[in-house]
Amino acid sequence: MKEEVIITEGLTKKFGNFTAVDNITFTVNKGEIFGFLGANGAGKTTAMRMLCGLSKPTSGKATVAGIDVYSQAEKIKSNIGYMSQKFSLYEDLTVLENIKFFGGIYKLSDSRIKTKSEELVHRLSLEPQANKLVGSLPQGWKQKLAFSVAILHEPKIVFLDEPTGGVDPLARRQFWDLIYEAAGNGITIFITTHYMDEAEYCNRLSIMVDGRIEALDSPGALKQKYEAANMDEVFYRLARGAKRAE
Amino acid sequence: MRTLLFLLQKEFKQIYRYKAMVRIIIGMPIMQLLLLPLAADYEIKNINLAVVDNDHSTYSQQLVSTIIGSGYFRLAEYNQSYKKSLKLIESDKADLILEIPEGFERNLVRENKDQVLVAVNAINGTKANIGASYLNNIIKNYNQSLRMKLVTSNQGNQAIAIDLVNSNWYNPEMDYKSFMVPGILALLVTIIGGFLAALNIVREKEIGTIEQINVTPVRKSYFILGKLIPFWVIGNVVFTIGLVLSWLVYGIVPAGNLLVLYSFIWVYLLAVLGLGLLISTYCETQQQAMFINFFFIMIFILLGGLFTSIDSMPGWAKIIARINPVSYIIDVFRMIILKGSGFKDILPHIGIISFMALLLNSWAIKNYRKTS
Repeated sequence: MKEEVIITEGLTKKFGNFTAVDNITFTVNKGEIFGFLGANGAGKTTAMRMLCGLSKPTSGKATVAGIDVYSQAEKIKSNIGYMSQKFSLYEDLTVLENIKFFGGIYKLSDSRIKTKSEELVHRLSLEPQANKLVGSLPQGWKQKLAFSVAILHEPKIVFLDEPTGGVDPLARRQFWDLIYEAAGNGITIFITTHYMDEAEYCNRLSIMVDGRIEALDSPGALKQKYEAANMDEVFYRLARGAKRAE
Repeated sequence: MRTLLFLLQKEFKQIYRYKAMVRIIIGMPIMQLLLLPLAADYEIKNINLAVVDNDHSTYSQQLVSTIIGSGYFRLAEYNQSYKKSLKLIESDKADLILEIPEGFERNLVRENKDQVLVAVNAINGTKANIGASYLNNIIKNYNQSLRMKLVTSNQGNQAIAIDLVNSNWYNPEMDYKSFMVPGILALLVTIIGGFLAALNIVREKEIGTIEQINVTPVRKSYFILGKLIPFWVIGNVVFTIGLVLSWLVYGIVPAGNLLVLYSFIWVYLLAVLGLGLLISTYCETQQQAMFINFFFIMIFILLGGLFTSIDSMPGWAKIIARINPVSYIIDVFRMIILKGSGFKDILPHIGIISFMALLLNSWAIKNYRKTS
């Protein structure tokens, strides 16, 4: 039996007259890699922020890990991880200090923080850099570290907002290895991206156009439905209809 | 509680690594306390005086040399006509004109009285007015000494002069440094408190790290406390440096109890930090935070009673002074450092500032939104 960890129904966010997210309804299953695609300004980030409890929905329903986003936004936060477009670890703290800080904030015990730190540094082969300031690391490594820190407290769901922006292809591949590993450990992945090759890695995809979800299915089914050779074509076909300028 | 420790540890590490910040924290109080009291001076010196002496007598010359000998005046012109002296005032070369009439000596000796004219350049009002009152004093003293001389030589005709003697309590030598140094210290603590914490939070907003914090289950009050406490400690360090400096350099030792002084600083820092934190919750960029802070701190400092007396301000300014934390710290510093007041005397001040601290900080916590 499939367990649904994100359920939304008619979820809407308005900023004044502008409807950023327009009545979206979808579910995400446990352990799934759920891709959230759309052109810039389509409303992906806003939708994601609502699910993370960073932004209050205007209307509609949504539960994340079984918790209501309206009444218990704070409770959601201990059940999720989040990695934003902007790199948001502390560049003036070292790798280990960042791990320790976020571990502490998520209320991990000292011994857990210690073992987690060792595991994480080993997994990312960051041993020589462990005591270096995060600001001095190359972009690709920063992103991998940020992801690892986002799942440090073993959340049920991790939200990734364009995590691989500005990262070289090799580092992107390694990043996706980490994502698969996390998904294998039962963490649900909710990811937005502009890279169509990455879209192919997802179990299911939703494509947002002008704040609405225009298509939602597995990559294979979408390609079949739109008679496209690859995801690029599917995306063009749907996004071309967008009225909203960037 | 443990969460708070993690927040504090992170904050202290960041401050320590931000070398420019450390330099500002240590360097600013030292620089300001060493330089400013030398220049920000209530005493007025170098007043340019034009003398129009129509008498050319021994007495008139004596009067002029007494005035110049006082050290406050500089002779800009001597022995020109009144009209020419007026030109000097117009071109700002003179602040005051002293006109000694013809027959000054004769009239003084024969009729026992005469008048001199003092004309004041009101463009630089403070300087000229204070200069005029200095001049009045000098002329009065000169007059006194003349009369004494004349009286003793005349015998019999005893003129009784009543003299007014001032004694300035708590600051016996009217030493402006005893006013200014604690005042500058008060401003320093205010600025450090007001700015550092505010800019720090807004910086996290700009970099984007605050979003990573907002998506964690950390409590708002912990986050604000995590910002408040480090800068509270820094405020205390700055204050201590300042206190030691004013003792070493200016010999100012608080007449009152140090613990009383510190107990006020402790709540005062909470209040100004609270204001900074509150402002930061409304701002998105460091520029905004900076300007809004400037707006408040400028008003607080100018209406705080350091440079001008609150008692002589208009009614609305007095009302502002009541809600102005700076006016309380200036008052308390003068009470404790100059007068030696005790804890009981400053209790009302502590009460009001504690109330402000509570209000501003809870407002800041309330207004800090993890969810927009």
